[in-house]
Amino acid sequence: MTEATLRVWRGDRDGGAFEDYTVPTDEGMVVLDVIHKVQELRAPDLAVRWNCKAGKCGSCSAEINGAPRLMCMTRMNTFDPGEPITVSPIKAFPVIKDLVSDVSFNYEKAKTIPAFAARPKEADGTRRMYQEEVERVQEFHKCIECFLCQDVCHVIRDHDENKMAFSGPRYFVRLAALEMHPLDANDRMELIRAKQGLGFCNITKCCTEVCPEHIKITDNAIIPLKERVVTEFYDPLAWAKRRVFGRSGRGLPPAAAPGPSSPHSREPEPPSA
Amino acid sequence: MTETIDRHEYDVVVIGAGGAGIRAAIEASAQGARTALVCKSLFGKAHTVMAEGGIAAALRNVWKEDSWEVHFRDTMRGGKLLNNWRMAQLHAQEAPDRVLELEEWGALFDRTEDGLILQRDFGGHRYARLAHVGDRTGLEMIRTLQNHAVHKGIDVHMECTIRRLLTDGDAVTGCTGYWRGTGQLVAFGAKAIVLATGGFGKAWKITSNSWEYTGDGIAMALDAGADLIDMEMTQFHPTGMVWPPSVRGILVTEGVRGDGGTLVNSLGRRFMFDYIPDFFRKDTALTEDEADRWYTDKANNRRTPDLLPRDEVARAINAEVKAGRGSPHGGVFLDIASRRDADYIRRRLPSMYHQFKELADVDITASAMEVGPTLHYLMGGVRVEADTAATTVPGLFAAGEVAAGMHGANRLGGNSLSDLLVFGRRAGLGAAAHAASQRSWRRPDEAQVALSTREILAPFERPEVGEDPYQLHGLLQRTMQANAGIIRTEDELTRVLADIGKLRARALKVRVSGGRTYNPAWHLALDLLSMLTCAEATALAALRRTESRGGHTRSDFPATDLAWGSKNVVTRRRDGVLVLTDEPIPAPPDDLHRLLGDDAPEQARVEPELVIEAARS
Repeated sequence: MTEATLRVWRGDRDGGAFEDYTVPTDEGMVVLDVIHKVQELRAPDLAVRWNCKAGKCGSCSAEINGAPRLMCMTRMNTFDPGEPITVSPIKAFPVIKDLVSDVSFNYEKAKTIPAFAARPKEADGTRRMYQEEVERVQEFHKCIECFLCQDVCHVIRDHDENKMAFSGPRYFVRLAALEMHPLDANDRMELIRAKQGLGFCNITKCCTEVCPEHIKITDNAIIPLKERVVTEFYDPLAWAKRRVFGRSGRGLPPAAAPGPSSPHSREPEPPSA
Repeated sequence: MTETIDRHEYDVVVIGAGGAGIRAAIEASAQGARTALVCKSLFGKAHTVMAEGGIAAALRNVWKEDSWEVHFRDTMRGGKLLNNWRMAQLHAQEAPDRVLELEEWGALFDRTEDGLILQRDFGGHRYARLAHVGDRTGLEMIRTLQNHAVHKGIDVHMECTIRRLLTDGDAVTGCTGYWRGTGQLVAFGAKAIVLATGGFGKAWKITSNSWEYTGDGIAMALDAGADLIDMEMTQFHPTGMVWPPSVRGILVTEGVRGDGGTLVNSLGRRFMFDYIPDFFRKDTALTEDEADRWYTDKANNRRTPDLLPRDEVARAINAEVKAGRGSPHGGVFLDIASRRDADYIRRRLPSMYHQFKELADVDITASAMEVGPTLHYLMGGVRVEADTAATTVPGLFAAGEVAAGMHGANRLGGNSLSDLLVFGRRAGLGAAAHAASQRSWRRPDEAQVALSTREILAPFERPEVGEDPYQLHGLLQRTMQANAGIIRTEDELTRVLADIGKLRARALKVRVSGGRTYNPAWHLALDLLSMLTCAEATALAALRRTESRGGHTRSDFPATDLAWGSKNVVTRRRDGVLVLTDEPIPAPPDDLHRLLGDDAPEQARVEPELVIEAARS
């Protein structure tokens, strides 16, 4: 039987320190398995969030040797034997205890995004969409809300004061999913420009690199959203068309519920982080 | 020190935020009820997220021949006719509307060529019926419901564990529990409560279930006076991962077989052809050629036996392994690599590809998977009234896995997600209507609140040296795995009961250290009590049902007994002890009975020879 040493951050809001735990390991183990061994054998009150243990629920996010990872998808055999492995809570959010952080920021941001609103059905009562057009959005729907992209994003991680005005990559993915949804008739462009803080993102692609679902967050969600904002608000032709026809590119009337504010109420673009 | 208790009042409190709970909360709120949704994990992390294959609904997008009647028939036959026929009827009739409603709320299912929702083949379903998104349908469903619920004025209380239902001796008046993050106690006053707490798979060692699956809702309902039925009916999903040891039990979707994968033993034989029971012989291909043709031509061929209902496949795998024809790590092979091209596999089964690659170093487009049975689902649970999801306790409703009757003795794949939607909605309606009929909140009985408080805090207040909850949980899992598995005997079940008795005595001596802030040892000490209650109910019910049927197989009673085919085993708590009775299951009306086929119910049986062979070790 082999052994592994984890150097786990223990503490709470008032502070803490790393503690070393050496426990027996078995073939094929992931970091989360070893954390469970530590609970069972050494530190029964060690706090950790987890659910599916298969990379599908996004609960067990942590920083492993400083890198944002899912504990359940990080194999022990990817580390040098004998080398201690540090495990600490995700840094961008306040710690509750040990490896558990208070991620309520994300749930609050989710509330600020206007819901999906379906356009009317077709004459035959169906809603036809084609695989090619849904695939682009299905990529965004793969998001498991592990919030690793939020954790690694410099705008949030290094500048707590930005949190009010910046929703972060997870919610740009959500907004992109709504904006590119073939059936959605809601208009969120003014909100994206003025309230979600898209302009803060300077496309360093850190979020894309840590995404366990391999969603191309920067290339496929953030950059297209940025382009849409430019087209909608800074292209005079598109602006005029929008005034006449409502939401651009679809020839559909603007949605009634949570409506867009007027393009006249422009706020200055926030500075780049 | 007097303990302060956080107090809230709602018309409807929904406990559990998987598919059924969220759908119930959406409906209750839409009816005007002030609604709370309380869950042990973060919102959006419930077990529904693990569902892979799809949602069964006779949408008729792929096969026009499909209908709710055929779906009803498949569900009842899959459940070995032990189902509550009215639930199976409502489910089959309403599932298509519930799926289309998800699309209305933003879900994006895979599409047919002409732009409609694509449907895939699954075990026990006559036609390709499962609406799906690759192999991550549960994620799509929970996220769609979650995003929809966010704007509906529902108060979501995350990371809050409910431990006890309060009653006025008859009806529910609220519930008590604690916030996991702080350890603060909480009491909810409620006019109606919906249980959507799932099963208790975590009592077994090899399971697809997460830590949350500890049967809290079943145990609380039992304590509040509710009836349980069919607690002996446990589903072992035939295909869980078996290697490496740390991932043993993690689910491998039935979609692998739906999309062309086959089960193979160590001799290279597609052994499912050796395990076709008479009950399904008419609907099942008897040769490999016919089975392979069936994927593309359902009109002229019968279904591959790889897609027999889950109980049949799990028993067959168990028998192959015991006969020495298993894979190196004690499973069998599931091969799609040699049957479909790599692009197709990656497109249809992206998360299976990822899961095996990352966790087992296996490329499923190049080699076969090793799979074996894993405890997956509980068909039994809280008895409910079909139309309203009302339990036998006034004001208490139940939907999803915690409720029983819908799936009878065995659940078909894909029928769980549709169950959550159909009966989640009905439970929300039922609870809101009940709440509206109540003029005011009845003040919670403070003696019950105080008792619950003492129970919750007890693990901190016991003598310095106490029992270890992790060790006791391990012992419970060991005895359930060894003695309440796929094949059971009277001796084994008696041993389970003896073990549970000892473990309960020890569980009441658990001592936890550390504070109340996010303390998992404390959480487990309490969850363990729920698991022990449920495990006892399962062992007792399994002893009582002296036959083999669906998810309950007895090697000492290997035959299916016609007399048991029309009876539920009912479990109640009376004066502190569990009391079991057999009660008749209402027969379906003639028009529905005709749909079941001429051979029902006489042949709704497992094959005694197969049970005996499977038990031989």
